[in-house]
Amino acid sequence: MTVRDIIEPGARLADGQWHRLHPATPVLKGGIALLAIVGVIIVNIRDILIDVVIGGGDVPSDRDPLVWIYEHEFAGLFALALLAGVLLFVGGFYLSWRMHRFRVTDEQVEVQSGILFRTNRRGRLDRIQGINISKPFLARLFGAAKLEVSVAGQNANVQLAYLGSAAADELRREILLRASGTHSAAADAAPSAGGVIGQRVSELLSPELDPDAAPPESVVQMHLGRLIGSLLLSGFTVVLIGGIVALVVVTTTTRQPFFLFGFVPAIIGMGGFYISRFTRSLRYSIASTPDGIRVGFGLLSTSNETLPPGRIHAVKVSQPLLWRPAGWWEVKINRASSSSASGAAGQANTTILPVGNLSDTMKVLELVLPGLVDPAAIEMLERGMLSKGGDDGFTNSPRRARILRWFSWNRNGFAVVPGAVMFRSGAIWRELVVVPQARLQSLGMRQGPLLRRLRLATLSVHTVAGPVVARLGAIDKSEAVDAFGAISAAAVSSAEIDTSHRWRMTLPPAPPQIPVAEQP
Amino acid sequence: MTHRLEIPNIEWRRVSPRYIVVDLVGTLVFGIISCVATSLPALLFGNVLLWAIPASLAVIFIITLALTPRRVRSIGYQLRDDDLLFRRGLMFQRFVAVPYGRMQLVDINRGPLDRAVGLSELKFVTAAASTGVVIPGLTSADAEALRDRLVQLAESRRAGL
Repeated sequence: MTVRDIIEPGARLADGQWHRLHPATPVLKGGIALLAIVGVIIVNIRDILIDVVIGGGDVPSDRDPLVWIYEHEFAGLFALALLAGVLLFVGGFYLSWRMHRFRVTDEQVEVQSGILFRTNRRGRLDRIQGINISKPFLARLFGAAKLEVSVAGQNANVQLAYLGSAAADELRREILLRASGTHSAAADAAPSAGGVIGQRVSELLSPELDPDAAPPESVVQMHLGRLIGSLLLSGFTVVLIGGIVALVVVTTTTRQPFFLFGFVPAIIGMGGFYISRFTRSLRYSIASTPDGIRVGFGLLSTSNETLPPGRIHAVKVSQPLLWRPAGWWEVKINRASSSSASGAAGQANTTILPVGNLSDTMKVLELVLPGLVDPAAIEMLERGMLSKGGDDGFTNSPRRARILRWFSWNRNGFAVVPGAVMFRSGAIWRELVVVPQARLQSLGMRQGPLLRRLRLATLSVHTVAGPVVARLGAIDKSEAVDAFGAISAAAVSSAEIDTSHRWRMTLPPAPPQIPVAEQP
Repeated sequence: MTHRLEIPNIEWRRVSPRYIVVDLVGTLVFGIISCVATSLPALLFGNVLLWAIPASLAVIFIITLALTPRRVRSIGYQLRDDDLLFRRGLMFQRFVAVPYGRMQLVDINRGPLDRAVGLSELKFVTAAASTGVVIPGLTSADAEALRDRLVQLAESRRAGL
């Protein structure tokens, strides 16, 4: 078994052979810690250096261990120990880099790592839920990127950190190609011209989407004003203002300024939240590729994720109250995997559109719900978001449900369209949940004593865990029973014709014609 | 007229009546333990009002015990052509339909009480945690036959996630 190092960009990595990661990996992984240690040592040593070079200067403190060592003539011994330590450190990192290798075969991607405790992790290609290429700022300077293959399950991702930027892009394309069900010939990667520096600069400046694999333009443009506005009008801001008001009241009534100081760390934290949210969303992009949708985020540290078709289990479009005058919406999704890149900027990678107006939202919905090809179904989406309710294709709660849904009873309803189930709710905080029928795991219906008195029931569609919960309460009992039958039949027939786990194997067939639950 | 949920044209398969015993004993043991535990403060402090807690608990448990036979009879399941249908609950009714292709695994559990009367509990797991289909009170032979049948059905209707 031979192991090849990645040196030249564009080398074929998905050839079934073992490969190693980017040579700068140890620096990037342990880099910050190493820099910090070196920094501390340098700061401490500065006085000694001045003393040695210039002479005669008085070494101030004897509490400092380094100074103490110097004064007691242990400098030689110390230097030796330091050298040994550094060698051990570097040797360890080098060894761990040597032992860390991966290969991509037609069936799976496999990673081996560890010096003493070996781990071996394999991910099946046809179970891939998404591929994320993230570039922390430091890694971007080195032209390196982290490739993460998400497989269904919590913490079940195969991570390749770090690869060269070009190599990561190429590997993603290869993996997606294999996962899609075609075994294509190798795509010849054109070697990029220019020196190392020129290449770095062009990588730093280049847009997130690599040009040959995706149409470069995003279907949604993130406007600066809208982004700032959405942050200022978020629920978080409301809480923040409430907190400030409470603080002012407490301080003026008690005349104790100490409370203010207690909140300084909290205020710094909140500032950090806004900044990270802002920088993360600023260069948001979403585009359609043959291998699924590609979502990019990030200004300094970037992340760019490809979600193959059929990996989105539920979609929620929601509108916080304060966004309503501006007509902005947010889109979240449920997916079977969780990427470790999610927590990094305080915003989970399940948010697929941080903020957008109606047309942006519709474009994103068309991307994330490729099964909804019917123009009528797309019209239903819009009605599900905007309609005040009434007889508009959705089966809404009856009038007697207004005890439970004071304002929204006329809007609170469901619709079964070819390929998907839609749940609409909320008159003040408007929300629409769409679950593709082929992704539905099971279907539930329940009724407690209160709902029974009102002849109502709750319908829920069970999907993989995530921020979207598809549950609709207070709908007419007999409507619920009918819908239960219709949706469970639709789920089975949609799952039978669904081929999205091998999306290039066949052309996507038309979604089944499922009759919409009858109106009373 | 009742407004209970009912799915038309379904012949439910019911669980073994022996499960009533298991459920009764389980509830009784739990009830006695919680009543005794909540009585302790009343005994120690001698405050008459504190007896209200164990007394109200006892009433709740007695009602639960009285309804147990009906509640057990309300548990039902049926293997339809393409999905498993499950129901349970009297006051709080719950119905679940799971397409066979969605099955990730089937568990069979036997508690000590279950073993004493020769029963098993079958758990049907999908990728969604909220599915929660647990069929208690199957005879062990039934549970194993049902598991094999479900695995076979799931194999033949295998789908992506």
